[in-house]
Amino acid sequence: MLYRENGQFKTSYRADQQILPILQDRIAVFVLLAVAFVAVPMLASDYLMRAILIPFLIFSLAAVGVNILVGYCGQISLGSGAFMAVGAYGAYNFFVRLPGLPLIPALILGGLCAMFFGILFGLPSLRVRGLYLAVATLAAQFFADWMFLRIKWFTLDTPSGSVAVSNLQVFGMPIDSAVSKYLFCLCILAVIALLAKNLVRGAIGREWMAIRDMDVAAAVIGIRPMYAKLSAFAVSSFIIGVAGALWAFIYLGAWEPSAFSVDYSFRLLFMVIIGGLGSIMGSFFGAAFIVILPIALNQFLPLLAGLVGITISTTAVSHAELMIFGGLIVWFLIVEPHGLARLWAVGKQKLRLWPFPH
Amino acid sequence: MGFFLETLLGGLMVGMLYSLVALGFVLIFKASGVFNFAQGAMVLFAALAMARFAEWIPQWTGIQSLLFANLSAFVLAGALMFVLAWLIERLVLRHLVNQEGATLLMATLGITYFIDGLGQTIFGSNVYKLDIGMPKEPVMAFENVFQGGILINKEDLIAAAIAAALVALLSLFFQKTSTGRALRAVADDHQAAQSIGIPLDRIWFIVWCVAGVAALVAGMIWGSKLGVQFSLTTLALRALPVVILGGLTSVPGAIIGGLIIGVGEKLSEVYLGPYVGGGIEIWFAYVLALVFLLFRPQGLFGEKIIDRV
Repeated sequence: MLYRENGQFKTSYRADQQILPILQDRIAVFVLLAVAFVAVPMLASDYLMRAILIPFLIFSLAAVGVNILVGYCGQISLGSGAFMAVGAYGAYNFFVRLPGLPLIPALILGGLCAMFFGILFGLPSLRVRGLYLAVATLAAQFFADWMFLRIKWFTLDTPSGSVAVSNLQVFGMPIDSAVSKYLFCLCILAVIALLAKNLVRGAIGREWMAIRDMDVAAAVIGIRPMYAKLSAFAVSSFIIGVAGALWAFIYLGAWEPSAFSVDYSFRLLFMVIIGGLGSIMGSFFGAAFIVILPIALNQFLPLLAGLVGITISTTAVSHAELMIFGGLIVWFLIVEPHGLARLWAVGKQKLRLWPFPH
Repeated sequence: MGFFLETLLGGLMVGMLYSLVALGFVLIFKASGVFNFAQGAMVLFAALAMARFAEWIPQWTGIQSLLFANLSAFVLAGALMFVLAWLIERLVLRHLVNQEGATLLMATLGITYFIDGLGQTIFGSNVYKLDIGMPKEPVMAFENVFQGGILINKEDLIAAAIAAALVALLSLFFQKTSTGRALRAVADDHQAAQSIGIPLDRIWFIVWCVAGVAALVAGMIWGSKLGVQFSLTTLALRALPVVILGGLTSVPGAIIGGLIIGVGEKLSEVYLGPYVGGGIEIWFAYVLALVFLLFRPQGLFGEKIIDRV
């Protein structure tokens, strides 16, 4: 009843092709942005921000990056953790070696480092495809793990490669409280997500999708596979790199190479697949699911056990967490293999007809 | 010269053990098109089961015989792997027929998390010793051929022999039995196999059982070498370059790929490692596999990929 596009006539191509063609959608997005920028900082507690919201924002950003590569261009990648690490250490090196470099350029330079690394390890995609490529991208992961642990130049000769940043500020404002960190991540996420959405709507996004659907056919109709694949690797690893730098600078503060293990690559891929391949929106859903699930399990399992009258040790909780996490993922893949974004689309379609579906 | 040969032999033996893990990947991929990331978790699970049963059985039965304990532990752990295979086929794979490769890959990753949690819940998460009576002392060989001879670990020799026997057994099973023929038919073409009356779900169950047994043997050998601990799961990651190097669909590929990766890894670590800071084994294996892939994108022995529009 409320969510209908009747009577909203488009009189120009511009109006017809905007991101949100339906008025109600535009209102909803403005409300969402208002909540995220105004209401949440006022209402949310420090714990909520530090433990859930900031990781959610940063992982959403990374998931958008992974989705461009895996969901839009169809190149399965298990090297996302490495791109995050390169972004983080790249930004760190620029930040520390160039005194006076502001935070935002440092993050962007870190992203550019990740971009070059991504292009380098994207080169095999020109020859190797599918699962072979997925395994080949693991090379990036192990190479990055090794590089930051063993080549001391990258970590300024600190033992075990652990580094720390402090005294972060943007335009003179210190980024130290939970609220300021949250807002900073939110701003960057909003800008990059908008850019990504527009990229995938444009010519280059169409090229990526053509390559994903059938690369030989795409090449036949004049899309350059090399250009399309490498640009997808470049854009994706840039975004993942910025997310990695944010994760290290804003969330961790001090980190070592093992902070970006292969587990991150798997989790990012989970986010994209559970959220929905080929959907920017889905990246957010997936990130929310994967970030919140372990925390929720961690909180509720002891409670639940207490309810039944058993006390379980922390190790048992962590093992049960693993089992439930794995089980839920499998269950989810079985009931909705196209991800949460598909559920969202179905829900919206139902809402359009509600309350008179016939 | 002796040192070089020693490294080479060490590499070959490690490679043989990699191919044991890789074999599990290849079997399942061939028969069901599932890239089974859970193979590493299955190795850990099987090894944990074996180690713990070997510890518990003397307590339960009161018979203090190492051979009896190990044998019955092996049988029990094998039975457990069969149950696991049945559950995976029944609860997961059956519902995911005809999904994309990436979705199936993710499902096996989910299974990995689940098995990791399950194994440690049932069997505990400490480091366990697994004593299957392998001799530990090294022997000298070729002492009369050149000076100094070379040092060989007896344990490695036996492990390599077991691996080779298992591979031979599997290829016999694949080539000579009717079940093996059915497996190959399914690997060739699901639909065609189904249309001539081969039951797909039973074949998948058998394949996962065989992969489970391969995991058990791998877990047993690695477990007795390194101790049964969580880090055994990373074996799957060490074996992945072997699989893509040899080709995802080829059993001999897994063996030869394993040998190449094992030798490459050891030689690079010894002769290249000191110049770049050491510890290059793991990514060097991947880079080596990548270089081969650049020339043969389907791996050394994989089926040729034919593009149709």
